Amino acid sequence: MTDGDGAAAGGAAFIELDGVEKVFDVRRKTGFLKRERREVRAVDGLSFTVARGEMVGYIGPNGAGKSTTIKMLTGILTPSGGRLRVAGIDPSRERTRLAHRIGVVFGQRTTLWWDLPLIDSYRLMHRMYRIPDARYRENLDRCVELLQLAELLEVPVRQLSLGQRMRGDIAAALLHDPDVLYLDEPTIGLDVVSKAKVRGFLRDVNAERGTTVLLTTHDLQDIEQLCSRVMVIDHGRLMYDGPLAGLHEVGESERTLVVDLERELPPVEAPAPARVVRVEGPRQWLAFPASASAAGLVAAIAARYPLVDLSVREPDIEAVIAKMYAERASA
Amino acid sequence: MGVGSGRLYAAVAAGGFRRYATYRAATAAGVFTNTVFGLILVYTYLALWEERPHLGGYDQAQAVTFVWLGQALLAALAIGGGGMENELMERIRTGDIAVDLYRPADLQLWWLAADVGRAVFQLLGRGVVPFVFGALLFPVALPREVSAWALFLVAVALAMLVGFALRYLVALSAFWLMDGTGVAHMAWIAGLFCSGMLLPLNVFPGALGEVVRVLPWSSLLQGPADVLLGEADPVGVFVFQASWAVALLALGRLVQSVATRRVVVQGG
Ligand SMILES: Nc1ncnc2c1ncn2[C@@H]1O[C@H](COP(=O)(O)OP(=O)(O)OP(=O)(O)O)[C@@H](O)[C@H]1O
Ligand SMILES: [Mg+2]
Repeated sequence: MTDGDGAAAGGAAFIELDGVEKVFDVRRKTGFLKRERREVRAVDGLSFTVARGEMVGYIGPNGAGKSTTIKMLTGILTPSGGRLRVAGIDPSRERTRLAHRIGVVFGQRTTLWWDLPLIDSYRLMHRMYRIPDARYRENLDRCVELLQLAELLEVPVRQLSLGQRMRGDIAAALLHDPDVLYLDEPTIGLDVVSKAKVRGFLRDVNAERGTTVLLTTHDLQDIEQLCSRVMVIDHGRLMYDGPLAGLHEVGESERTLVVDLERELPPVEAPAPARVVRVEGPRQWLAFPASASAAGLVAAIAARYPLVDLSVREPDIEAVIAKMYAERASA
Repeated sequence: MGVGSGRLYAAVAAGGFRRYATYRAATAAGVFTNTVFGLILVYTYLALWEERPHLGGYDQAQAVTFVWLGQALLAALAIGGGGMENELMERIRTGDIAVDLYRPADLQLWWLAADVGRAVFQLLGRGVVPFVFGALLFPVALPREVSAWALFLVAVALAMLVGFALRYLVALSAFWLMDGTGVAHMAWIAGLFCSGMLLPLNVFPGALGEVVRVLPWSSLLQGPADVLLGEADPVGVFVFQASWAVALLALGRLVQSVATRRVVVQGG
């Protein structure tokens, strides 16, 4: 039944935002009985579309408006302006109808029943989303296997560690086969092993079920390993939308070529814009634009200098993004 | 509401029951408190009824029965707090309510089911022991017919609905006030006084008595007690309770829809 109207509403754009705004009215006490009203534009004219089956990273500095966007996409916040559709549904108008089609994980919150064993929460999901019995068992088995929940099913949720609970929450969000999954910092506070498990699982879900995923995180490795596309927002506005690699160009980042020569030599004369940034004995470091090819540069150096060894270092994406955030903040 | 949602809310209620069942020490402490409270009240009432026999139309045994009924229902009806309202207010304050809102379930029915589960547990886990204790040690006036007990249970079920509806409204105030503890405390004090938990409502004289007897809180203890003691027409009590339940639950729905539409969900 849900598949039917999904196809009708689907098409290319599964999530659609057009000039979406969210303004919070913040009242602050400034004195006895005196209050000051201030507007916070958490989301400010945001437009983008996400196609069915895409896995998109949604990043930005603290307070950028990421969580606010996700809340609007689930229907629990009503936009102050603009148009928003998920699977053709206006989320805040038809929150309950949309609920059957979406899965949500807020990293800092839990959908699980705190005092009761994990399995009880899943049984509740079974009833709540009216999942056919066979489907429920199949999905549960799969989640239990891939997220390694078998030993945890009978444990009360309050006794789970953060990483265990998060895995439990991700399973809870997927039992009803949602078309789209919103993840708001799903790897927050997880150790390396748990992060790897969660990422592997999400990649499988996306590949096998074609689940559309919108992922918010401060861990760029999540994005590097999962998302072909990334959106960067700040002050509620879209700053960048494209492949992660493309951020280098926007951020004007540079790669580094490290060359080992036969002996100590003065800085090599490389074709511009490449230039030597450091010399240490026979080893020299050259910076060149991330968008340019390393092959030409290497050939030019090898033709004129006694080259022994070389390596190319990719720019640090964290540094690129940090630079980008800093520039926006000062702008 | 189809069979599917019936099963969902039954599961929620069962979960509410089991949640409270996991806290055995708290239950034991509660039983002890209710018993001690009951003893204090019983000796106070005995002194009072000694001085003024047939106060409020009750004889001494009826007054004693009223005390132990109150102790049996206090936790179940959360008259002095301890129901779902604390948790719901906390969820609104911290923004965890977001989780409840994006689910395909009705917020009010969900919390009602959870609260009924809790109430049934507390009726059995915390109510029965003090009641039996009181009935064995003091002269009480209890009916012998099964039908009277059945009618009493109907009145208790309706009281649970009214009690929930009142506390749900209290909890929703947190959407506007952020910190709803002040309202909750006021509601608990009003509940203790106006339900008859401190003194049966038929003892209250004049206009004050007239007023408290028509307020919704009288559905909680006074209503079921009068049904059990045979002091009121059960049908009249049921109609009174059901009217308040319907009115307050409808008001709760209205407030809920305003709250979730206009008011902001807290936290990132
Ligand atoms: N309930 C609220 N009332 C007032 N202002 C709010 C509210 N929720 C969010 N804001 C403001 O909206 C802006 C965006 O907040 P949001 O939670 O969407 O940021 P975020 O991108 O998720 O940040 P983080 O990375 O820290 O989670 C912030 O300036 C925040 O102060
Ligand atoms: Mg956030």
